[in-house]
Amino acid sequence: MNFDELPPDWRGQLAIDGSAEQPCLWLRGAWELRDDVPRYAAIAPQLANARRVSVGARDLERWDSSAVNFLAAVVRDARARNIEVDQSALPDGLRRMLALVFAVPAPPPRATPPAPGMLAGVGLAVLHAWRDWPAMIEFAGEIILSLGRFVTGRARYRRGDFAYLIEEVGPRALPIVSLISFLVGTILAYMGAVQLALFGASIYIADLVGIGVVREVAALMTGIILAGRTGAAYAAQIGTMQVNEEIDALRTLGVSPIDYLVLPRMLALIFMVPVLTLYAGIVGILAGMTIAVLVFDVGFYEYYNETLSALELKHFAVGLIKGTVYGGLVAFAGCLRGMQCGRSAQAVGESTTSAVVLGILLITISASILTIVFQKLGI
Amino acid sequence: MSAAQSKQAAPHIEIRNLTMAYGDYVIQRDLDFTINRGDIFVIMGGSGCGKSTLLRQMIGLVRPAKGTVLYDGVDYWAASPAQQVQRQRGFGILFQAGALWSSLTLAENVALPLQEFTTLAPDLIDEIVSLKLSLVGLGGFEQFYPSEISGGMKKRAGLARAMALDPEILFFDEPSAGLDPLSSRRLDDLILELRDSLGATVVLVTHELPSIFAIANNSVFLDADTRTMIAYGDPRELAEHGVEKVRTFLKRGAA
Ligand SMILES: Nc1ncnc2c1ncn2[C@@H]1O[C@H](COP(=O)(O)OP(=O)(O)OP(=O)(O)O)[C@@H](O)[C@H]1O
Ligand SMILES: [Mg+2]
Repeated sequence: MNFDELPPDWRGQLAIDGSAEQPCLWLRGAWELRDDVPRYAAIAPQLANARRVSVGARDLERWDSSAVNFLAAVVRDARARNIEVDQSALPDGLRRMLALVFAVPAPPPRATPPAPGMLAGVGLAVLHAWRDWPAMIEFAGEIILSLGRFVTGRARYRRGDFAYLIEEVGPRALPIVSLISFLVGTILAYMGAVQLALFGASIYIADLVGIGVVREVAALMTGIILAGRTGAAYAAQIGTMQVNEEIDALRTLGVSPIDYLVLPRMLALIFMVPVLTLYAGIVGILAGMTIAVLVFDVGFYEYYNETLSALELKHFAVGLIKGTVYGGLVAFAGCLRGMQCGRSAQAVGESTTSAVVLGILLITISASILTIVFQKLGI
Repeated sequence: MSAAQSKQAAPHIEIRNLTMAYGDYVIQRDLDFTINRGDIFVIMGGSGCGKSTLLRQMIGLVRPAKGTVLYDGVDYWAASPAQQVQRQRGFGILFQAGALWSSLTLAENVALPLQEFTTLAPDLIDEIVSLKLSLVGLGGFEQFYPSEISGGMKKRAGLARAMALDPEILFFDEPSAGLDPLSSRRLDDLILELRDSLGATVVLVTHELPSIFAIANNSVFLDADTRTMIAYGDPRELAEHGVEKVRTFLKRGAA
């Protein structure tokens, strides 16, 4: 009586009768989960004065979750208003489904904290970046302790893993290191030669390329290649182990994940980086020589002798020291981000990205510091 | 429901002469059985005998080495990719390890199939998502991430996701592993309810004897030693009159 008209789309599926105090809702026809399925929210106002609601089915052909959803909304609303719902006219199946929906009382839904405003967001980001540094120092401390255990033979790790890591970092990186060093050597030679040729001093390409590559460029390029190749891999490997609770499993065995995972990776990189840097330097020099001889008509022996006289041991020392530092920092960034990884696939992606960014950032910072230090020392 | 009853005993899934192998290593050979519409069908067998592998071949993840799977008489593996996808939309799958998307909340996990395969309005999707989570006893956990809930809860959340689209066929790989006896009972009720109300066919791998006897009306037993099926039929019958190995299995080694 006196119920408003239902929307025409719904008349095939829903009917309301009874009184305003004791309304009856009848499901009928076919209930299928589609966008035009009747929604309780739309008819709730018509039941505002109800003291008792009956729900039932008349000529209900078939139904799926949409009907259960509708009825669940009726029951939920009725419970909130403390009124009774008579389900006796429902088919057994629907009644049992409904019982299952309410079988376990739901805990109050978790409040999601409001998203911070822009200013607060900037503040949080700064705080977050700031808190990163103590975490890095702590991690570095743990690595040093672990190194102590390693040196005294108390660190537990697997030799087989270590061999694999060495192979992964060293020999397998050779193709990409060769390619990039050769190209960079070529670029250096060209840039220098064009200028030097103006003065008829093409032979000094040898000095430029030799010293430039050995002292700076080989180490820098190796560092950056390793950040993208190995640092990212470390973060992804350790991060995935974090997701799968593999690191927790190690801890419960009393095995330090630093000893077992981090230190071998750091050492593998630190051992292999000098070799890679040296190799990159030699490839760079060969590239310079190729260009000078083929393009700028410098004699092969002249170039060879000039390179030998230009290069001193200290240049190699500087290059190798830099390379080793960069490699250590790349491994550090990769392992740190891996250990800090959260417990989801997305977190693994984020820590991998962050490992590369942090690796390159640390390389750049240390490159500046080392250059100034070597300058001051006059090396 | 009447629809479910009238189509009863019509073959829904047929496994025909199926051999599965990883490379040259044959896991099971010559599997041949039929699952009827509205069946609750259990795949039994010792650990490592190939139950999960069989499930993966049935749901179209891995092509069988030999033989095929028919749905409603249509050869799945001979169908075009578009038809295969169409068929897969009617599947609801619970993987053995849950396989929830770790970067999404429970609500987003359940909502994803609805968003991908229906044109429902977002608020209706939200309602359905809450409903499905309530059905598995996870109402109120919508905003939790998989890493923030227990192992058994992950199982149930996976189940809610499997049910999202009111699928025609539900594949469950050990749904009650990691559930307490009460939740396990509730799960059995839910499976029966899904079958009765929605007319779904349910294929499940389980070791839970109470569950098997409570809900299954047909089953197959895969044997790891002979690498083929050694029993096929109602588990209650098999427990009494089956071959010895199966009787022992179904009586917890006490036959
Ligand atoms: N990707 C794979 N490559 C090779 N062999 C595999 C692969 N996955 C599984 N197997 C082998 O196939 C066999 C069956 O595995 P499957 O996971 O199907 O067992 P299951 O019956 O589900 O066991 P459980 O009850 O323990 O889950 C096992 O012997 C396993 O070693
Ligand atoms: Mg399995």
